[in-house]
Amino acid sequence: MLEIRNLHVAIGGTEILKGVDLTVNAGEVHAIMGPNGSGKSTLTNVLAGNPAYQVTAGEVRYQGADLLAMPPEIRAREGLFLAFQYPVELPGVRNREFLRTAVNAIRQHRSLDPMELKDFNKLLQEKIKLMKMDSSLVKRSVNEGFSGGEKKRNEMLQMAVLEPRLALLDETDSGLDIDALKTVAEGVNQLKRPDNAIVIVTHYQRMLNYIIPDFVHVLIDGRIVRSGGRELALELESQGYEGIRGDVAATAGAEAGG
Amino acid sequence: MSPTATRASDYQAQFEAFESGLSLNGSGWLHQHRKAALARFQELGFPTARRGNEAWKYTNVAPIARGAFTSAANGQEPSVTPADVRRLAPDARGWTRLVFVDGRFAGSLSSPPRNDGVRVANLAEAAATDRDLVERHLTRYAGYDDEAFTALNTAFLRDGAFIGLERGQTIDDAVHLVFVATGREATAANPRVLIVAREESRATIVESYVSLGDAARFTNAVTEIALEPGATVDHYRLALESPATYHVGLTRASLGRDATLTSASITLGAALVRHDLGVSLDGPGASCRLNGLYATRDRQHVDNHTFIDHASPHTTSRQYYKGVVDGESRAVFSGRVLVRPGAQHADAQQANRNLVLSQGAEVDTKPSLEIFADDVRCSHGATAGHLDEDAVFYLRSRGLDEDMARGVLVRGFVQEIIDTIGLNAVRAFTTRLFAASLAGA
Repeated sequence: MLEIRNLHVAIGGTEILKGVDLTVNAGEVHAIMGPNGSGKSTLTNVLAGNPAYQVTAGEVRYQGADLLAMPPEIRAREGLFLAFQYPVELPGVRNREFLRTAVNAIRQHRSLDPMELKDFNKLLQEKIKLMKMDSSLVKRSVNEGFSGGEKKRNEMLQMAVLEPRLALLDETDSGLDIDALKTVAEGVNQLKRPDNAIVIVTHYQRMLNYIIPDFVHVLIDGRIVRSGGRELALELESQGYEGIRGDVAATAGAEAGG
Repeated sequence: MSPTATRASDYQAQFEAFESGLSLNGSGWLHQHRKAALARFQELGFPTARRGNEAWKYTNVAPIARGAFTSAANGQEPSVTPADVRRLAPDARGWTRLVFVDGRFAGSLSSPPRNDGVRVANLAEAAATDRDLVERHLTRYAGYDDEAFTALNTAFLRDGAFIGLERGQTIDDAVHLVFVATGREATAANPRVLIVAREESRATIVESYVSLGDAARFTNAVTEIALEPGATVDHYRLALESPATYHVGLTRASLGRDATLTSASITLGAALVRHDLGVSLDGPGASCRLNGLYATRDRQHVDNHTFIDHASPHTTSRQYYKGVVDGESRAVFSGRVLVRPGAQHADAQQANRNLVLSQGAEVDTKPSLEIFADDVRCSHGATAGHLDEDAVFYLRSRGLDEDMARGVLVRGFVQEIIDTIGLNAVRAFTTRLFAASLAGA
């Protein structure tokens, strides 16, 4: 579904990603873990098409096509979804109308008729229930005046309504208390299907107690330095990133010396 | 002598022709006002952006002076249909409507005069039938000593709207004043509105200024609002004329003890719109909420001047003006709040926010507070900014293309003011109008 090859990304002339390789197949859940400043958010933003980031080298294939050649809206319409770490507030833009516009833009891309209002309302109610969200939030302006947790839940609501093929969750766990985290995780688990994939980007492994990853990757200083199974997340929890960083440095030193 | 002052003197002949067509029956006092106002206008001349004339620093009215606009001739049948009126302005069942075409009262398009505790009539008639009340209030709030355009309006004062609310009278349905400018070139209209709300009365009043056709027009409107103690008026002013229209408007309100004025000033379409809104909080506990919304494009020019005079203690004012400025257009906001000595516990908030969509657009915004009392709460703020690119990306990441994303954000920006419009028909009409106007933004 997603193949990243030797991805280099800069922002404002500073290189953040220094050659990332990653393959995600349908049906898989991947976790990308790393300390602050390692390039996690850069990776998700580049995949979603944020024009503030410049790809300086490398290639990304999504469902066999050149992802980097697509404008952000085409990526979205092709089923890519980014749950933002810091969702933007949109004063005056009603949550419900915004979601309906998004649903219909995606449907149009897939040559489907706009969704009838009552079908949309039914779908929305169903997903609000799934995310155990306060239904008054959809009548308000998008994210405006929402608490940190409400913003994250609203991202999950959008994801549930838009039913992406590839969902990127950028630090979705931050700002959530433990009950909210469980609810969100349950919601994400219910959206898991054999034909879609989820990439969770996180600093801490606590979310991975509830959404079990098939693969865990450690991103440090713009490179994936270790990949493994779920046990890698537990190892990180006990050793911290410093432990991993030390291992990698030792390996790199041994290679350079040998 | 400047060329514009010469033009002001040209109005003598026009004035004489105008006055000769009027019957002075029972309104000699009005004739005295007209004559004095014309003399004052000739002394003042059209305002210019000369040094020290802050009020007209950003707005050039030379095209109005040069335009040689003349008042519509007497006795012409209006070429406006009821359907035109319903299409051009908001409408709802139950509203009392007065329609003016090119400044002249159009009885055939208007509701019958009301006199059921609420008086709604052509001002030209009310000047005779309700002389005491009209004479007591007319020109009292909008004087013509300093304001050239008000002097001009008063010199040519004839038709207009008089709304008088008896003590304790409440009308649920709005009174709608529709001023239609039609297709004849270089026509001027000088409509006048007088609203007198007696103690504890309550009303909703809508003024709509609209055009039929694209002829160059000049509208010079003056509205005076007197709110006696405890009176409440919701006042909507929609300036929606054609792109060739020059519109100068002045609204003055005086609020007695515990009176409340809510005002929404909506501007869209004309070449130039200047609106001066002055509210005097004369009685303790008086409060006003003034909202404004404008969108400009091409070479349009919109200038909102507000002045709030906290002349009594425990008075409250809230102002929120927002605008979307595109093309080579220019938006001006000048908001002055004065808290007089002794006006303790005055509470004033003022904000002006502008969304600038193009490189060529310009915003001049100048909030000012002058505070001469020590126990007050006052704040003001002004911004002019571009669309938030993070927000554009956020919307695109949900499948909206760039044009859709920008359109959604611009409409969101104006929505905040639209949401403050309490009158359903006006809110729906304004929503449609701005959605259509900003669709390509």
